[in-house]
Amino acid sequence: MTKEHPILETEGLTIRFGGHVAVDQVSCAFDRGTLTAIVGPNGAGKTTYFNLISGQLRASGGTVILNGEEITRMSVPERTKRGIGRAFQLTSLFPTLNVRENVRLVAQAKASKGFDMLSMASRHVHLIERAEHVLNEVRLIDQADSVVSALPHGDQRKLEVALLIALGPQVLMFDEPTAGMSVDEVPVILELIRKLKNDMDRTILLVEHKMDVIRSLADRIIVLHNGALVADGDPAEVIALPVVQEAYLGKTPEAA
Amino acid sequence: MLTRLLSGDMPRSGLLTVLLLGILVSLAFAPFLFPGTKSLETAAKICIFIVLVASYDLLLGYAGIVSFAHTMFFGIGAYGTALALSTTGPTYSSMIWGTAAGAIVAGIFALAIGLFSLRVKAIFFAMVTLAVASAFAVLMSQLSWLTGGEDGLNYGVPREFKPAFKLIDEKILDVRINGKLLLYYFVFFASAALFLIMLRIVNSPFGRTLKAVRDNAFRAEAIGYKVVWYRTTATVLSAVMAALAGSLLAIWLRYTGPATTLSMEIMIDILLMVVIGGMGTLYGAVVGATIFILAQTYLQNLMGLAETATSSIPIVSTLVAPERWLLWLGVLFILSVYFFPSGIVGRLREGRA
Ligand SMILES: Nc1ncnc2c1ncn2[C@@H]1O[C@H](COP(=O)(O)OP(=O)(O)O)[C@@H](O)[C@H]1O
Ligand SMILES: [Mg+2]
Repeated sequence: MTKEHPILETEGLTIRFGGHVAVDQVSCAFDRGTLTAIVGPNGAGKTTYFNLISGQLRASGGTVILNGEEITRMSVPERTKRGIGRAFQLTSLFPTLNVRENVRLVAQAKASKGFDMLSMASRHVHLIERAEHVLNEVRLIDQADSVVSALPHGDQRKLEVALLIALGPQVLMFDEPTAGMSVDEVPVILELIRKLKNDMDRTILLVEHKMDVIRSLADRIIVLHNGALVADGDPAEVIALPVVQEAYLGKTPEAA
Repeated sequence: MLTRLLSGDMPRSGLLTVLLLGILVSLAFAPFLFPGTKSLETAAKICIFIVLVASYDLLLGYAGIVSFAHTMFFGIGAYGTALALSTTGPTYSSMIWGTAAGAIVAGIFALAIGLFSLRVKAIFFAMVTLAVASAFAVLMSQLSWLTGGEDGLNYGVPREFKPAFKLIDEKILDVRINGKLLLYYFVFFASAALFLIMLRIVNSPFGRTLKAVRDNAFRAEAIGYKVVWYRTTATVLSAVMAALAGSLLAIWLRYTGPATTLSMEIMIDILLMVVIGGMGTLYGAVVGATIFILAQTYLQNLMGLAETATSSIPIVSTLVAPERWLLWLGVLFILSVYFFPSGIVGRLREGRA
């Protein structure tokens, strides 16, 4: 009977910008090892909901609970250390550094080596190997020595995802990860996300517009509309709901 | 071995290697290669400013923090050593405790300023450092019973560092092996050690993190780095290094006053040296400080010669008159920024095939 408590939970989570309620009383629990797709039209509050969970924004009301611990008022790095990781819809990288160094910095953060000022970074070979392993997985290894600002947009999107994969936290939040990627790259990334869930028991929150992607990956779909949670359930069920059909699938299939 | 000493940060450009080796050899053998008091003064100043400029680059080039308080930290170190030598006598223990006290006070100041103002916008930090540094300079000139005010402090150094001290009676290569020479080598090796320590810091995991924070603080936080602490630590390290450079200057000059340590003019010189040499490459500090100080010291002489040589051509001779040296330094600066936006070191590294 006793069910394992959810790894992540939001309770009445709310944020107001002036008079505008961007996320409105969202209560939702996420179980370990599941992949939840979050859908809704542009401006529905999906990214803002992510920002409240990973800490880039502070809630006006409600709570965020990770592994039974309230993290609502913690800073971003504190939440990261506790197991929340994020890939951004608007690519956010270290532009003057090369691709390998971008990922290596993540591995270094994870190994809590950031304050080591006496050793040579180049001697921490395992961090470099870890970075190259992830670059190999996302098929960016050939660009390892390129400076990020000179990278084509599609490769920058892959690197955005690579940083989160290198971090490998308990909860991974992907915000439209495949937007801007070339079509033949998309399956590679989706397969990596599937592996994270299945082989590593990670919990994944995925904002995604492509319905075929959602059908093949998601265990559950939640629907946000004007900041409020309006539907929650099994993918097939939710997709069949008239409100979803009409509002998000019928009219704005190209929304990205 | 060499790789370790340089922390794996090789010059990565043939021309830069030659340039750096040239500077190293010139400074290492300065007393023998360029005999004379003035050139030894210049060489010592270059050594000290390499440390000072490198410590500023640690902050500006690596952590991306703009500070105007660097001469304040330089001055705190200098006054610490100066006060110790003038109150507790010209001994090695005065030198050591004064230097340590200066470095600690500089570190505490930097910690306070950092924690107070690095959380907010970068421009706020820059303004706070400007205000604090100006206030500090005024304070030091007002406390004349302690600091000698505008006149500064004159004091002695340990016997072995005085010109009158002779290590051996014979000359080597026609150069007297006296206290001044010993003091020069003390400054040279201390500067080299401090530079190598900073080179290690910027090539350590910590130094790499500073670059990440500079590039994108938002993402650095999202992958787990506490940005405020990295910025504050960089500020403290940079302040302590500047203070140590100040102590070296105090020992070398046997004089400390506002004009040699605290003035805004020196702050601007530091900025110019970092930019000319190349930000975010510690070697830029070496190249920038050397070229700038050489120009500052010898441009006037050179122009004096040019004026005499061109005395028959009216406009040209006025243009190259020694009084115009600042104008030409300005022109040199503008040209170097225009042609080498990433500094001399940045340009040399890009140029590599
Ligand atoms: N920092 C902010 N300040 C003001 N309004 C914001 C801010 N962030 C988001 N919003 C508003 O919140 C709403 C939800 O935006 P967002 O979460 O980006 O939507 P989605 O990701 O679902 O497309 C939008 O109306 C947006 O304009
Ligand atoms: Mg969004």
